[in-house]
Amino acid sequence: MDLAELQAIAVKERSARRQVRIRCCAAAGCLPLGSMKIKEGLDAVVMQAGLRERVNVSAVGCLRLCSAGPLIQIDPDGPLYERVRPEEAASIVRALDGGPPATPQRGDPRQPFFARQRSIVLENCGLVDPDRIESYIEAGGYHALYHVLREMSPGAVVAELSKSGLRGRGGAGYPTGLKWATVAKQPAARKFVVCNADEGDPGAFMDRTVLESDPHRVLEGMAIAAYAVGANEGYIYIRGEYPLAIHRLDTAINEAKRTGLLGSQIFESRFDFKVDIRIGAGAYVCGEETALLHSIQGQRGVPRPRPPYPAAAGLWDLPTLINNVETFANVPPIIRKGGEWFASIGTETSKGTKVFALAGKIRHTGLVEVPMGTTLREIVEEIGGGAPAGTIKAVQTGGPSGGCIPAEHLDTPVDYESLIRVGSIMGSGGMIVMDQETNMVDVAKFFMEFCMDESCGKCIPCRAGTVQMHRLLERISQGLGTRSDLEQLEALCDMVKHTSLCGLGQSAPNPVLSTLRYFRHEYEDLIRDGAARRGSPVKKGTGPIISGPAPARASPAQLGHSPGLERGE
Amino acid sequence: MPVKTLTINGKPQSAREDQTILAVAREAGIWIPTLCHLEGTTDVGACRLCLVEIAGVGRLLPACVTKVEEGMSIETDTPRLREYRRMIIELLFAERNHVCSICVANNNCELQELAISLGVDHIRLDYLNPVCEVDISHPRFGIDHNRCVLCTRCVRACDEIEGAHTWDVAGRGIQARVITDLNQPWGTSMTCTSCGKCLQACPTGAIFAQGSTVAESRHDRGVLAFLVTAREKKQWIV
Repeated sequence: MDLAELQAIAVKERSARRQVRIRCCAAAGCLPLGSMKIKEGLDAVVMQAGLRERVNVSAVGCLRLCSAGPLIQIDPDGPLYERVRPEEAASIVRALDGGPPATPQRGDPRQPFFARQRSIVLENCGLVDPDRIESYIEAGGYHALYHVLREMSPGAVVAELSKSGLRGRGGAGYPTGLKWATVAKQPAARKFVVCNADEGDPGAFMDRTVLESDPHRVLEGMAIAAYAVGANEGYIYIRGEYPLAIHRLDTAINEAKRTGLLGSQIFESRFDFKVDIRIGAGAYVCGEETALLHSIQGQRGVPRPRPPYPAAAGLWDLPTLINNVETFANVPPIIRKGGEWFASIGTETSKGTKVFALAGKIRHTGLVEVPMGTTLREIVEEIGGGAPAGTIKAVQTGGPSGGCIPAEHLDTPVDYESLIRVGSIMGSGGMIVMDQETNMVDVAKFFMEFCMDESCGKCIPCRAGTVQMHRLLERISQGLGTRSDLEQLEALCDMVKHTSLCGLGQSAPNPVLSTLRYFRHEYEDLIRDGAARRGSPVKKGTGPIISGPAPARASPAQLGHSPGLERGE
Repeated sequence: MPVKTLTINGKPQSAREDQTILAVAREAGIWIPTLCHLEGTTDVGACRLCLVEIAGVGRLLPACVTKVEEGMSIETDTPRLREYRRMIIELLFAERNHVCSICVANNNCELQELAISLGVDHIRLDYLNPVCEVDISHPRFGIDHNRCVLCTRCVRACDEIEGAHTWDVAGRGIQARVITDLNQPWGTSMTCTSCGKCLQACPTGAIFAQGSTVAESRHDRGVLAFLVTAREKKQWIV
């Protein structure tokens, strides 16, 4: 493979284009709604109508507005059809051929949901066919790798990354250039590059979508990273719950090998790189880098204390570069357009864009990519269209490690530092919107239950502390809590946060701490109302006396309760 | 080998460059509580009792796996650390069914000693009272999961000193258990050599010799360290 061959593939792919291209979303959001049936239907109708010379139908990655799926978009000029049903395929094709307007609901591609986004990571998402390497090459793919291998030194690649200001998209925001430089400086002869695709936060689906929609971009980013740090072997650690992403990655790796873009002497340089997939078995903690490395090595997925950091002693104690899917996906455009270009987007400390998975009580659920520094309000109200019923109460970012940001802080710009200041974190990009119906104590309890279930059991504070915190939250949410329970909960939060071994335990108290910071009154109301409910029957001597913890929330009637006392203490 | 100087609780100390904070503190006679640490085996930093404060470091670090550095200023016994350690011990007592009065290790138990040293006179948390198994299928030993604190000392002693790797950990979170072979009764284990090193390694009465009754269990931790020293340094110091 050389540059001429790469360009020939792109030219051939371009010449095979038809005048009209129907793009069907074939990502995990639309597939279960029958998007492949729609594609087959469209293929059949195009064939029958004799339009094969003019129209082609392709399965592409995510078209982003998941809540309106299955989605279909038509090039040129991009009409968008929402909630398409398989039987409507014929009407869409007829409309193309001068027939009556198609029956499915027309979406507006110029609505703020699309217009306010800026795509770097998702630039090919919904445009290229993820199963065909030619489609990615035609979109400019693997040109950055050629440039790097033939025209740049490894040091220059690291310098470009440092200049870009890219920070780790897995959540912690460690400067990517610095991480690469650290691994590059290790003297070891054998090093590894690992892609962390163990996306496990509830409500997060950014990495899954990137892998399902544009898998080659991640492979290209990994290959560039491997060249920069001096590694020849890579692993993609992906969770087993993502069968489609695994399948597409597998296809992508085989296609890249076949085309000579992975393997030995890539682009006739002296650089060899091979990539293997490792599939996680469902442990959230395996997203923690040291647990992930243990898992790749075939051991029990538990974290170990750092240092030594994986950059010094990772896989089989050899220097290992670990980056998240989205971090690698940012690499090819940075090489293509330069670090300075990337650094011109975003804020002083957070450069580039960030992909968020919008979910929860919001009108437009789906995938959004916005420049760093965009405010939460722009994301949830303008792009996301606000809460369908009522007003937004809070936005949860960062998954179980993050926090709930109340509506009064919606003008906070999205960057690593600002989100920490309001008690949350950037995290990997899950964004769950809550409206006034949401009880914040229940939210805290949900995340605590998640952490309790996902604790690996190695260190005591996380293993036993999360269980105790969950019990206290359960008690408070049932109206059986006391003020001393709340004090104990806060003491446990402080202790688990500061003594746990890995990030899971250290951040497990965050949802409680952030809801206590902004919605403390909800905890206190539950305690006060519960005490009033339990106190009144005993005082009046009419209801049953409850000894020990009550089995569940008892109704006021059961307790012989007088409604007048409900709010009093 | 270069020597580092540092201060622990305000007192200057010297250390070899490869030493951990815990090793230096022990040499200097400074007590730092530990539970998962066992002389002769690899440290895992899991119990978090040996966390110490280091000036200029934002987070607490486990003394057992943190190497000394020149000029380190370490505090091992602040009110905050004492409170955290106390809570860790309380969490352990609440997690399983630790009843000293009927335990083989009574008066010879590291958990009990830690509780006394750290001033744990009552448990402020809910007891979880889990239902735990007792496996006495082995002809000589037994394991009572009610008393296990998951320090994994048995796992490491069996793997690193005996070389059998009969023990391992299964399950996650609060459901985690030490297991023999592929989670089968200890008595049916094909790898167990019945050497009893796990018994010596166990800090509580979880692993016990059959036939011993209340307060009869005597662990000899020294025998494990002796074996390792003898093997690695060819020194037969009893």
